[in-house]
Amino acid sequence: MAMLVITDLHVSVDDNPILKGISLTVNPGEVHAIMGPNGSGKSTLAQVIAGHPAYEVTAGSIRFEGEDLLEMEPEERAHAGVFLAFQYPVEIPGITNAYFLRAGYNEIRKARGEPELDPMDFLDLLEEKLALVNWGPEIMQRAVNHGFSGGEKKRNEILQMAVLEPRLAVLDETDSGLDIDALRTVADGVNALRRPDRAMVVVTHYQRLLTYVVPDRVHVLADGRIVRSGGKELALELEEKGYEWLTGVAEAVA
Amino acid sequence: MSSDVETLVNREYKHGWVTEIEADVVPPGLDEDVVRLISAKKGEPDWLTEWRLKGYRAWQKMTEPHHWPNITYHPVDYQAISYYAAPKTTVPLGSLDELDPKLRETYEKLGIPLAEQQRLAGVAVDAIFDSVSVGTSYKAQLAEQGIIFCSFGEAVREHPELVRKYLGTVVPYTDNFFASLNSAVFTDGSFVFVPRGVRCPMDLSTYFRINQAGTGQFERTLIVAEEGASVSYLEGCTAPRRDENQLHAAVVELVALEGATIKYSTVQNWYAGDEEGRGGVYNFVTKRGKCAGPHSKISWTQVETGSAITWKYPSVILQGDHSVGEFYSVAVVNGRQQADTGTKMIHMGRNTRSTVVSKGISAGRGQNSYRGLVKVLGGAERARNYTQCDSMLIGNRCGAHTFPYIDVRNRTAAVEHEASTSKIGEDQIFYLKQRGLNTENAISMVVNGFCKEVFRELPMEFAVEAQKLLGISLEGSVG
Repeated sequence: MAMLVITDLHVSVDDNPILKGISLTVNPGEVHAIMGPNGSGKSTLAQVIAGHPAYEVTAGSIRFEGEDLLEMEPEERAHAGVFLAFQYPVEIPGITNAYFLRAGYNEIRKARGEPELDPMDFLDLLEEKLALVNWGPEIMQRAVNHGFSGGEKKRNEILQMAVLEPRLAVLDETDSGLDIDALRTVADGVNALRRPDRAMVVVTHYQRLLTYVVPDRVHVLADGRIVRSGGKELALELEEKGYEWLTGVAEAVA
Repeated sequence: MSSDVETLVNREYKHGWVTEIEADVVPPGLDEDVVRLISAKKGEPDWLTEWRLKGYRAWQKMTEPHHWPNITYHPVDYQAISYYAAPKTTVPLGSLDELDPKLRETYEKLGIPLAEQQRLAGVAVDAIFDSVSVGTSYKAQLAEQGIIFCSFGEAVREHPELVRKYLGTVVPYTDNFFASLNSAVFTDGSFVFVPRGVRCPMDLSTYFRINQAGTGQFERTLIVAEEGASVSYLEGCTAPRRDENQLHAAVVELVALEGATIKYSTVQNWYAGDEEGRGGVYNFVTKRGKCAGPHSKISWTQVETGSAITWKYPSVILQGDHSVGEFYSVAVVNGRQQADTGTKMIHMGRNTRSTVVSKGISAGRGQNSYRGLVKVLGGAERARNYTQCDSMLIGNRCGAHTFPYIDVRNRTAAVEHEASTSKIGEDQIFYLKQRGLNTENAISMVVNGFCKEVFRELPMEFAVEAQKLLGISLEGSVG
């Protein structure tokens, strides 16, 4: 069965239509890249999958493992296994990363009827996950994203993904603002988390992340519609020709 | 004059005032005879009766502070209040089923044991909650070290010389409208005395105090730490109490002698009134400590989530050289609650230091004001103050206000004031929900992070309860 089925999705923000009929099917084990110029609706799609309240779905549907995702609260989607790596991770001053992550982890376990993990067992689990993003335990005692560099925030998103072990991970411009070393670290983390029963939707403006995280399918979004879908070679073609080739609008693809 | 008192006492007695609980109430109204009656009823010595009368006379010449606090409320009819009542002023309920379901829900969320719920709700139970026996064993342990911890009334009977020596030395009977009223009519409260060089081995809590039931609306507390002594005192409870007294005018006085430390922690969750602001407690409290000796320290920590109106400024007079004053506060208003709270740090001695950390959270239609005075007198060489005053707004119908007063009369003083206002963000809530937390837990996490600097000053169990309480107080305040 397909994991994620998006059918003719229309989305507005403050009565302005942003997505104008998106259809997309993602199977377990697949990595799909969503590319497109600024303002094409890529991040909107990511936010709508996660359930951000600012976006209004005016038509269409999103089904996740057969369930109507649009009927679910954001936390229910998280419990069901939907994870969003944020483009702009939010700061929570005064709350340690460790406390925050354990709270999320236990809420998800509780919702699934599994026992909660106590702080000591959770630390053991963390140790293994931290290695994935090349981090020591010190990071867990810092406040959530507070005073983190751009690269640290993105790494923290990948760490959270590793801990929460979602069925579907949506990565919203996780590569933006990263230098090449940080990009490698993030990409290695993502690759380590690819599994036959897990799907990923990688939203990106640039091709460069896709050199490391090789997608099964690439979709190009322009003005709220998917204008082209293809295999991994489509990303390379875009790199060469720019988005103008597909959208008719000049746009640099660095 | 004293024969009038006797007549009054006897007349009331004839009506069965001691034996019949219902009759154990002075008729409403306040005059000198009522003050004498209260004092006589409690078997107080003459000097204390006189002291009360002076308080009453001072109060009569005062006007209620309607204008300067940033609060509005219906005027209190002071002649309609009965100033002496039997310890339990609430009518016992037959069972918890008769209790307001909202209150029960809160008890359950706080995880309060059934017996304790019944005690808080004023349910008549056969098996008395075992705090009495717990309290007794603690008391014996304290007595070994010469620590006195008892009700104010007991202290007046057993240790009159100590009460007389310190009563009113920090908050005089002429201090302010509510403090003077309290001086005249106070019913009971707590007394703590820690002798020279003794460190109190446990947190003293009103919770464990015998006789604590129904300390009433005019509490009076006096804590004295002699040279080198230290004590940590916990007041209040996270659970909302059913309470039919609308006006609460308490006075707390702390005296720290040379090298002594007093830490006073409060969690206040009195009834806040309904959503329209009906009912709810007026919490008009005067709390002040005096660092009387050099190298002494007084620290106030408060978490204020209850009451319709809060008017309190726990303060420290830094008289001794090198003395330290601290004030850590979290004040939450939701619904129609109003709080005008803060502190006064009065620097008199040399090298005195004070720290003020205030976290105000406003939700619903609540109005939260921080009002703080930092005063450095001429002789306070090298006095230091650091004030941090942060406000958080939840929703767009609430208000946060800051009224800092800084009065420095010594050129060597250094006074810092930092303030911030933030709004709890939809994005913060969404981020936490995306990680699996529900809205309530998400708000609670953001707010607890905001208050962290204050919570870490609270004793451990109190801090845990306070965090839960905050989440409950803010329930339903975001979207």
